Amino acid sequence: MTMKQKFGLGCALLGAIGLTSAADAAEQITFVSQGGAYQQAQTVAILDPSAKKLGITINQDSIPDAWPAIKTQVGSGKPIWDVVDTPTGNCLRGGEQGLMEKLDFSKIPNGAAMPEAYRSPYSVSYEFYSSVLAYSQKKFPKDAPNSWADFWDVKKFPGRRALRNHPFATLEAALMADGVAPDKLYPLDVDRAFKKLEEIKPHITVWWTSGAQSAQLLNDGEVDMEMAWNGRVSAVAKEGAKVAFTYNQGILQSTSLCILKGAPNLATAIKFLNEAVDPVHQANLPLHIDYGPGNPKAFETSVIKPERAAQLPSEPANAAKQALMSYAWWSSPAGEAAEKRWASFMQK
Amino acid sequence: MLALVSPALLVILALIVLPVGWLAWQSIYHDGFTLENYRRVFTEDVYWRSFALTFEISLAVTAIALLLGYPVAYLANSVPKGWSILILSLVVLPFWTSVLVRAYAWLALLQRTGVINQFLRYLDVISEPLALVHNTFGTVVATVHILLPFMVLPLYATMQKIPNDLMQAGASLGASPSLTFMRVFLPLSLPGVLAGCTMVFVLCLGFYITPELLGGGRTVMVSMLVSRNVELYNQFGAASAVAVVLLISVLVIFFVVSRFISLDRVLGQK
Repeated sequence: MTMKQKFGLGCALLGAIGLTSAADAAEQITFVSQGGAYQQAQTVAILDPSAKKLGITINQDSIPDAWPAIKTQVGSGKPIWDVVDTPTGNCLRGGEQGLMEKLDFSKIPNGAAMPEAYRSPYSVSYEFYSSVLAYSQKKFPKDAPNSWADFWDVKKFPGRRALRNHPFATLEAALMADGVAPDKLYPLDVDRAFKKLEEIKPHITVWWTSGAQSAQLLNDGEVDMEMAWNGRVSAVAKEGAKVAFTYNQGILQSTSLCILKGAPNLATAIKFLNEAVDPVHQANLPLHIDYGPGNPKAFETSVIKPERAAQLPSEPANAAKQALMSYAWWSSPAGEAAEKRWASFMQK
Repeated sequence: MLALVSPALLVILALIVLPVGWLAWQSIYHDGFTLENYRRVFTEDVYWRSFALTFEISLAVTAIALLLGYPVAYLANSVPKGWSILILSLVVLPFWTSVLVRAYAWLALLQRTGVINQFLRYLDVISEPLALVHNTFGTVVATVHILLPFMVLPLYATMQKIPNDLMQAGASLGASPSLTFMRVFLPLSLPGVLAGCTMVFVLCLGFYITPELLGGGRTVMVSMLVSRNVELYNQFGAASAVAVVLLISVLVIFFVVSRFISLDRVLGQK
């Protein structure tokens, strides 16, 4: 068998998998998120109510990293999934590579009403989380580090440190440590950011790769301060660990909803997408998990109590202290080059 | 005979040969024939460093596993049957625990607030905790633990086949126990040494979870490059080129080893 025949057969096999679910009835969609407590919270807050209101069936699937599956499914020409909840950058580069449906916002009024920075031609923000500076209260009972400049200041704040093993948010933090204002970050000065990172590199004990790992580091006292996702830190704090974090200079990140190119239930998927970012459904999400709604109008409903709102990353006052990550920059050629440069930075 | 074998062959063809072939194909074909993925692997520093580190770690793990495993296999071989079963069960026992659980167990032992550091501080041996994990050291320790059975079992199998008479003959001719060991037992056990070393070395080359969890982000082994390249270049080709280079290195190792010893023996058939 030649290589070409093997390739053809491989595609045929993948296609066959796609066919089995595409033939099903009309008013249903397949929705994909990242699983775990996060997907359960959405099911209660957003998915079940949306399904009920629209009279559709929402089949759920989950995958930690949807990107390779999106590529394979759309590449086969017969995707199984309709709507994907994935980091916004995936929606943007997916759109550029022809893997996502371009959205008609006249059919998505809830999305059209959201601020421009919260949507793209291929996606709408679904929920927000933040890369924040977290620290041990045992190590810093008072005068805790409160900015990335403090994190970089190893004399004033001695202690073991961790950062994420990924350029997202880490380069932003480095630039803020170097004095760049949170709203003046983009386009990132990549050289300056890496130069600043070289400064802190010898003091970083762990470069973490998963959220669970960052939580464990803080919980076990393996590090005294680190960059971590707000939901992970508050979960550790809830279990009784003496840890805290600040939203000051946090990097606000989001996942978005986007629709796969050639989705089997496109019309229903668009209806669902509009419903999923409805302010009331969105306001329900933070009642079940420590993530902020993707639609800022959710804060104008009376669903979220003020004391709860104050804990959320996308609450307007908290958002004002943070930098809003530009996924458009990260999926631009300059952003992709910075992402590749990360590997050589880590291994030097 | 062919009729009996063909279902197994079909499964291998459909689940191993085709996907691997498809991935290899992607590494040289992306909107046209290209060697870009291979140019990158052979010219960029990052890849060279990872391959060098992976081979260094694999060599260290193999050497340590041999030093630890040989006495265990020797002991299991020389004690009565009941005891040898007990020793071998203890060697194999960790097999039933997932690699992930074992990695976290090492984290609990080795980290700053871990059992070992706390014990040493309690004894006043150290004043500051030692950096035992989140580096190459921690990775090597845990990898040795996971791969040790692959060293002990082939060693034991080979030792079992060394006739005891030979050692008695040596002794009857006046050789001391250590001389009989050096001149008779050790040379006869070498095929087992080579088999165990090959198994451990090759398995270690593809390790992923252990360095990911215990390497602190700095220990980047080749398998981690594979996963990172999917993310970085948004296409499988960039990753499969790395995998193909690793696969070819492994095949070369097998080829070189097979010049010294028959492959059947390495794979435990004789």
